[in-house]
Amino acid sequence: MRRSTSIPLWRDERFLRIFGQVLFLLILFVFLGYLINNMLQALKQQGLALGFSFLRLTSGFDIGEVLIPYDRSSTYGRAFLVGLLNTANVSLLGIVFATLIGIVVGVARLSRNFLVQLLARIYIEALRNIPLLVLLIFIYSGVFLKLPQIRQALYIGPVMFSNRGVFAPWPIPTDGYPAFRLFLLLGLLAAAVTWFVLWRHGQRTGRPPLTWFWSLLVWLAFTVIGLVVFSPFEMEYPRLEGLRVLGGKRLTPEFMSLWSGLVIYTSAFIADVVRAGIQAVPKGQTEAARSLGLSSFQTLRFVVFPQALRVIVPPLTSHYLNLTKNSSLAVAVGFPDLFSVSGTILNQSGRAVEVIALAMSIYLSLSLLTSLFMNWYNRRIRFVER
Amino acid sequence: MTRLVRIFGLLLVLSLVLAACAQQPTPTPQKVVETVVVTVEVPVTAAPSTPAPTPAPSGFGETLKAVQARGKLVCGVNGQLPGFSYIDPQGNWSGFDADFCRVLAAAIFGDATKVEFRPLTTQERFTALQTGEVDVLIRNTTWTLVRDTDLGLNFTVTTFYDGQGLMVRKDSGFTKLADLNGATICVQKGTTTELNLADTFSTAGLQYTPATFEDINQTYSAYAEGRCDAVTSDKSQLSSVAKGALPDPENHVILDATLSKEPLGPVVRHGDDQWLDIVRWAVFATFFAEEKGITSANVDQGKANATDPEIKRFLGLEGDLGPKLGLSNDWAYNIVKQVGNYAEIYDRNLGPNTPTYIPRGLNSLYTQGGLLYSPPFR
Repeated sequence: MRRSTSIPLWRDERFLRIFGQVLFLLILFVFLGYLINNMLQALKQQGLALGFSFLRLTSGFDIGEVLIPYDRSSTYGRAFLVGLLNTANVSLLGIVFATLIGIVVGVARLSRNFLVQLLARIYIEALRNIPLLVLLIFIYSGVFLKLPQIRQALYIGPVMFSNRGVFAPWPIPTDGYPAFRLFLLLGLLAAAVTWFVLWRHGQRTGRPPLTWFWSLLVWLAFTVIGLVVFSPFEMEYPRLEGLRVLGGKRLTPEFMSLWSGLVIYTSAFIADVVRAGIQAVPKGQTEAARSLGLSSFQTLRFVVFPQALRVIVPPLTSHYLNLTKNSSLAVAVGFPDLFSVSGTILNQSGRAVEVIALAMSIYLSLSLLTSLFMNWYNRRIRFVER
Repeated sequence: MTRLVRIFGLLLVLSLVLAACAQQPTPTPQKVVETVVVTVEVPVTAAPSTPAPTPAPSGFGETLKAVQARGKLVCGVNGQLPGFSYIDPQGNWSGFDADFCRVLAAAIFGDATKVEFRPLTTQERFTALQTGEVDVLIRNTTWTLVRDTDLGLNFTVTTFYDGQGLMVRKDSGFTKLADLNGATICVQKGTTTELNLADTFSTAGLQYTPATFEDINQTYSAYAEGRCDAVTSDKSQLSSVAKGALPDPENHVILDATLSKEPLGPVVRHGDDQWLDIVRWAVFATFFAEEKGITSANVDQGKANATDPEIKRFLGLEGDLGPKLGLSNDWAYNIVKQVGNYAEIYDRNLGPNTPTYIPRGLNSLYTQGGLLYSPPFR
């Protein structure tokens, strides 16, 4: 038994532990307070006041690529929103495609075909080791700006390639569109009925037919019939009119460079994560699956991958976060993402502290949202212990 | 035992920090300046060899004192604009703006070489000046009301009257603004240029798509590749860069249309009126010297047999104009002797014999139909 009364306070292990932590926190707060106070004093000295009211002022500049209506008479706040949406757009598309390519390359990396494996390895090793900024600038000025000029645009099928951007035909809704939408809903209902009937049939006979296949076929049939009967869409082809290309869907070289750069770069990392995840699944699992008569695709799809996912998801999350944050390199290729737009706002309004604080907190929120979602997904696919 | 020592160490640090804080929250501006100075002195005593980071001196006379203590002027420049400020093939800073940095150094130190050039992007420039990273900003910065007030800055004198223009390919056949309806236009981001472009096109009811880039080279290389139909900037920059950065300068032309007034000149911080006066009168000195025909070649001769009392005052032979600014009495002599008058500076960097020739136009003396006019040296 230890008599706590005999130990002086400054030698009491428990007290010192708590004291140390309290002290550390105190120092941290004092230090932060000092920094913030210093900044406020300096700002006051310059006659600059902090505040976010400038967000309601007219921005006065135009932005090249917008997802929501915006012009020079819009506010700084709206300019921020335009930048945020552009960032979200390129990040989301980037994440989807980087994941798809990453999985394919990661699986290819483990292929028993020597050539496939070698190519996948070269892809991973080469692209993972080039700085993203270099890659982006190369793709922008070496690929997309080198496409032919707009008047000599290159046509691959109906898609128009030029250094003003890639223009693709795009369906626009016609008068028949509302009716078509209703018809599609009907198709969905029919597909559900088909699925249910077949499922019941399977339950009864014990020989389940290709339930999904047939219901999908029913839905597709409805879609095709709907397209023919109502003609809900009209293809709009890009055409050169004066200096502009009108109609169709336009992807600017800036967007294409940033997006493809992010996808290529991140997919190389994801491929390696996927490879590691697959290799983490014990070999016995594969052998057992094969001896049960599953094909190699089935083995991968039903046995290996579900188990590999548990290893893959946490590092995958961090690569998703990286992709989102890396999208701020857009500034190098002139894409108006959040960071680029906030740079302009900073310069035009002169509100350095507020603009940077806002940009940082938006990136932080984006990242936290992504990791929140991925953590939820991670919990969902976790191995259920029985 | 070591733990105890550590804790005592922490306590010591804490008490020091608290003590430092205790004297801080006094609200009078006098005290504020004092605390700032205190924070600077710490690194000086710790490592006397390294220069202290300048804490944005802004009270009357503070800037000059800080510059003199440092022994050199820190001048914020563009660094990528041939003819205005760039590093020439010999590795020296050269250009019109760079020479005005030298004018200031000559006035303050009597030595035009005591300048440290700090290249800044459009985005960095105001923050760099506000925080005192540079003493003066001579970086083709347009004088506007908002910048003059909201950013806590003072524009001194216009050294170069510019206007915004549009450059297009000759074979495009564009001759006026209306031809550019629907065009894509390359522009450097964060500039007044970007705002004027938006204003002009919206006023004229024309459509356009901006393609904005972070730095000059990027902007012009995108234009050169045909990413844009036109590129817009100050006409001086267009003519300077067109002859420098584009692979085929002869195939491009600057449209006559002028989108805006762009008065460019040195910028200083709010709060130090003495410094404002020094910068302003150093520039006036170059105007005045041209007006009176004083050049770097004949200034010594002029000093020897000066009769005009105003020239005598100017060169420091009579009166005490220099000390009134906080400078030596031969400050203006040093400017003219070491850097030259306005015409010399202009011709050296933007004259007919340079690759970046820009006709003087508005940048002539008022006696020759220009806008340069120096108040009397009295």
